[in-house]
Amino acid sequence: MQVPAPVEYERATSVEHALDLLERHGPEARLIAGGHSLLPMMKLRLARPEILIDINDLTGLFDVRVEAGELRIGAMTRHRELLESATAGEQFAILHDAERVIADPIVRNWGTIGGSICQADPSEDLSAVFAALRASAVIRSTSGERVVAMDDFHLGPYTTAVGPAEMLTEVRVPIRAGSGSAYEKVERRIGDWAIVAAGAYLCLDGSRVTDVGIGLAAVRAEHFRAGAAEDALRGGDATDEAFVSAARLAAEGCEPVSDQRGPADYKRHLAGELTLRALRRAAARARGQEA
Amino acid sequence: MQVTMTVNGEEVTRDVEPRLLLVHFVRDHLGLTGTHWGCDTSNCGTCVLWMDGEPIKSCTVLAVMANGRSIRTVEDLERDGVLDPVQQGFVEEHGLQCGFCTPGMMMTARRLLDRHPDPSEAEIREAICGQICRCTGYENIVRAIRWAAEHPSTAEVNA
Repeated sequence: MQVPAPVEYERATSVEHALDLLERHGPEARLIAGGHSLLPMMKLRLARPEILIDINDLTGLFDVRVEAGELRIGAMTRHRELLESATAGEQFAILHDAERVIADPIVRNWGTIGGSICQADPSEDLSAVFAALRASAVIRSTSGERVVAMDDFHLGPYTTAVGPAEMLTEVRVPIRAGSGSAYEKVERRIGDWAIVAAGAYLCLDGSRVTDVGIGLAAVRAEHFRAGAAEDALRGGDATDEAFVSAARLAAEGCEPVSDQRGPADYKRHLAGELTLRALRRAAARARGQEA
Repeated sequence: MQVTMTVNGEEVTRDVEPRLLLVHFVRDHLGLTGTHWGCDTSNCGTCVLWMDGEPIKSCTVLAVMANGRSIRTVEDLERDGVLDPVQQGFVEEHGLQCGFCTPGMMMTARRLLDRHPDPSEAEIREAICGQICRCTGYENIVRAIRWAAEHPSTAEVNA
C-alpha cells in the first residue's frame, strides 16, 4: 500500500493567496495542481513536502486563448482541455499530437499543463513540445511577474527556474505565419513515458526555412532541444535531404542511456527517425497539406 | 481536517488526515467498496470514479482535494433496482470475469456514452485505454459498451 507521509494541506483561493502561503511556509511547501506527478513522488518518499497548497480553485489559470500574437495557456489547464481546444489545435497541431499520447484519457482529465512542465521529468512530452515551439513561461511571485524562455525555464532534470516562493501561471507560444508543427512518440504501452519522442516546428517562406525548433524527450538533450539540427535547417531550403541530415544531427547530438525502455543505440536511432517524421509532417502542415 | 462533499447525491462530512487518498476515503470511510483499489500508481484504472462529472483515478487524488466537490461512484449507476444500460451491457455481453476492473470500466463507459451516445469501437477502446483488464482481452468489454450504446434505456430490456 502506497500512501504519502503525513502532510499539512491548505487550499488557495487566488494566485495572490497561493503566493502568500508559499512565502509564509517556506521551501518545504509545495503547490499541488492535478497531483499526478507530485503524489506518486510523495508515495515513494522522493518528495516529502511539509504542506501542500492546493491551487485547483484558481479558475483564472484554466484558459487557452490567443492574445497579443501568442497562444496563451493557463498553467491549470487540464490536458484534456488542451486536447479539446480547437484554438490550440489550429495554431499548433503539435499540441494535439502530443496530448493524444500523454498518459491516458482519465489521467488527462485531471493532470495539468503547468504541473507537467514544472515536474520537468526528462521524458516529459510537453517540455519537448514547448522547447520546439520556443515558448516562454510566466512566473509570478509576490514581488511581480517575470517571463522566461523555455531554455531558461529548464535548469535540469526535475529542476526549473520556478523558485520556492514562485508559481508558474501561464505558457505563451508566439504565433507565426506559415508555420507547421508535429509530434512523434514511441512508447512501450499507453500511459508510459516515451522511449523517445521528437517534436518539430517549422516556419516556411516559400521553400525557405525562416525558423525551426526541434524538441527531444527522454534522450538527455540539453534544454530538450536538438540545437545543431535546428542550426543546420535555419535559413536553408526545406527539402527532404535537409530533413534527413538534420535528423542525423539530432541523433548524434543526444545522449540516451540504456534502461528498461531500451538500449541507447535503439533510442539514438529513434531520435533520428522520429525527428525526420516530425519534420516531414510539420513541413506538410506548414504547406497546408494534412499529414 | 474536516471535509464535506457530495457523494452519489448525498452530502457527507468526515474528519480525515490530509494524506488520505480519495480511493481509501470512499472505500474505508464511506464503506463504498464498489470502487476498487489496485495498482496505486494511476496505471490500472480500477479506482476510477467521477469528480465534478469527469472520471478520475482516485488513487492519485487526496480526499481533501475533493472537499466541496461532487463524487459519483459505481454504486450510483443502478437506480431504483434498474441497472444502468452499461451494467446491463456487461451482463448481456459477459463483460467481466473476475470483476476487479469492472467498476472503473463502467464509470468510464458511462461518461463516454453521456458525451458520445454512439461511439465507434475505436472510440470505446480509446476511452478505456488507461484501464487494465487481465481476463477478457477487452473484446467483451467493448461489446458491453456497444450494447449499452444500442440500448440507451434498460427499462425496456427489463420489461
